[in-house]
Amino acid sequence: MNEGAGSTGSPVLNMLVFAGFVAITLYVVYRVSHHNKSTSDYYAAGSAFSGAQNGIAITGDYLSAASFLGIAGAIAVHGYDGFLYSIGFLVAWLVALLLVAELVRNTGRFTMGDVLAYRMRQRPVRAAAATSTLVISFFYMLAQMAGAGGLVALLLDVPGRGGQALVICVVGLVMICYVLVGGMKGTTWVQIIKATMLVLCVVLMTVFLLGKFGFSMSALLEEAAANNSQGERVLEPGTQYGTTTSQLNFISLSLALVLGAAGLPHVLMRFYTVPDARQARRSVVWAVCTMAVFYLATLVIGYGASALVGSERILGSTGRENSAAPLLAFEIGGTVLLGIVSAVAFATILAVVAGLTLTASASFAHDVYATIFRRGDVEPEAEVRVARLTAVVVGVLAIIGGILANGQNVAFLVALAFAFAASANLSTLLYSLFWPRFNTVGTLWAMYGGLGSCLLLVLVSPVVSGAPTSLFPGLDFQLFPLTNPGLVSIPVSFLAGYLGTVLSGEPADPVKQAEMEVRSLTGLGR
Amino acid sequence: MTQVVHHRITSRSRAPGGDFGGIIGETDRISTGIPAAQREPDYVAIRESPEFVALRRSFRWCVFPLAALFFLWYLTYVLLAAFAHGLMSHRLVGSVTVGLVLGLLQFASTIAITACYVLYARRRLDPQAEAIRDGVEAGR
Repeated sequence: MNEGAGSTGSPVLNMLVFAGFVAITLYVVYRVSHHNKSTSDYYAAGSAFSGAQNGIAITGDYLSAASFLGIAGAIAVHGYDGFLYSIGFLVAWLVALLLVAELVRNTGRFTMGDVLAYRMRQRPVRAAAATSTLVISFFYMLAQMAGAGGLVALLLDVPGRGGQALVICVVGLVMICYVLVGGMKGTTWVQIIKATMLVLCVVLMTVFLLGKFGFSMSALLEEAAANNSQGERVLEPGTQYGTTTSQLNFISLSLALVLGAAGLPHVLMRFYTVPDARQARRSVVWAVCTMAVFYLATLVIGYGASALVGSERILGSTGRENSAAPLLAFEIGGTVLLGIVSAVAFATILAVVAGLTLTASASFAHDVYATIFRRGDVEPEAEVRVARLTAVVVGVLAIIGGILANGQNVAFLVALAFAFAASANLSTLLYSLFWPRFNTVGTLWAMYGGLGSCLLLVLVSPVVSGAPTSLFPGLDFQLFPLTNPGLVSIPVSFLAGYLGTVLSGEPADPVKQAEMEVRSLTGLGR
Repeated sequence: MTQVVHHRITSRSRAPGGDFGGIIGETDRISTGIPAAQREPDYVAIRESPEFVALRRSFRWCVFPLAALFFLWYLTYVLLAAFAHGLMSHRLVGSVTVGLVLGLLQFASTIAITACYVLYARRRLDPQAEAIRDGVEAGR
């Protein structure tokens, strides 16, 4: 930070608050997970959570460090353009509420593959669902873990790469512990604790900030514009999205955000932790309410950081945009509040990665091992054993990936994961729930078409080459101008699903289709 | 509840491996001696029943328009933010711009649509779904 080590607050205090969080959550995880033998316990916490609990856990799963530090920072530096993200993230939940949550709860048990393969040929569709789940979880996780490295540098004052690698290892190991010991039940409680801390923390900061400006949003905005190098422009859109390409980029990103959330595998899996569709609906309602409060609070915190800290000091610090919220915390609450905010940010990374690891391990054990390798002939204990083993492997991969990606500009991976989810998962979910003719070939075309076009477009986009901010700035094989592929890949996926279904001529299984339709709306057969 | 829902066809057997994808799990395997196929409701008949057709109509009548509404409204907002900088930067009160107000309206509309759907689902959808479930369970 710009005033030297002193303004990081006290790394020891930051570390102590974080250690306190880890100790409490590990104790809770240990207490709630006495028996985790059956697949239903490990994957879905016995479907015994209430809608309210699950709603708060969804908030915990969904609000990554990128939402907290990233959005507050984007608003502090770019102003209004940062706010546009939060709107996309929130509105996206209406897709989940209206079209996905209850129907998915009624037709599946543990994974996204359960729903997609319900009336299709099991093995190819589950293989596709698992591929998409693993790719999305891995990209999302990599972004989180790489962010952890930067956060360590910022908050714990660990400048060396060796020291940061060590902290990433510790974060990864604690996360593996949560998943192995706690399964879905333990992980859900970690999410609930984390979400409560996060929301309380931002609400308190918001109330304090508004109080400081006499509860006048206008006064806060004026001060924010006065202390930002962009001046009045932070109150208007367009600081980031000025040119035609960047406008298209913004539209592409907005589409991916609003259609992606309901296709994220770790979000879908959360709907299985409640007993029925009604509770799944209540989960979304709770999630929408807590997240609306959270995003409104980040708006105030972002502009507040611009007003009290100033955009130049934020950009001049180690963590650049990401340090806006921590710097603001230090400004208004001193070392203690900074310690709490740092711990909350860490807890956020930890909890989100735990949720992703659980999802990836469930998809591998349930869809790949049990259905594809063993054709459904497997004891629950053996399946859970495989899931736990996968969780360890995924966790270790996340640690290695996090260390390698440390310092790289990988923030685009989160937006990319949303684009993947929108193009591969949402299209197939909607088709199989609402279009009776949709068949196995259509499912495969839509999933692989969406995933493939996404990957291909990113590969030839400015993200990878041809721009100063690319992964390989020295090379130039850029063909596609947008950094987010959603604008093209989402229509491609819907079109591929339609064409695959129509051209294959393979009739859908009418009995299975009737079964799925009736169950999805009535909740029969549960 | 009509005859159709009470009626069940026992001849149709489940597809091999079918229950793995569905929800019928441990409870069916620890069965009471009755094969799962016999206790399985006849979903084709239920789907054709007037009760189910009515439920599906109520569901789609509510959900599709609401989804289209919020999607168009969000898209309008995104396009305005991308292209109509002049309008979005217009000051309404003090430093509060049209853009900020429209953004906050997105929050408000999200909450409003959520509330609408939840009320409708509780009043119209849940009782209909419950009646169909009860009918099927009574017919077993």
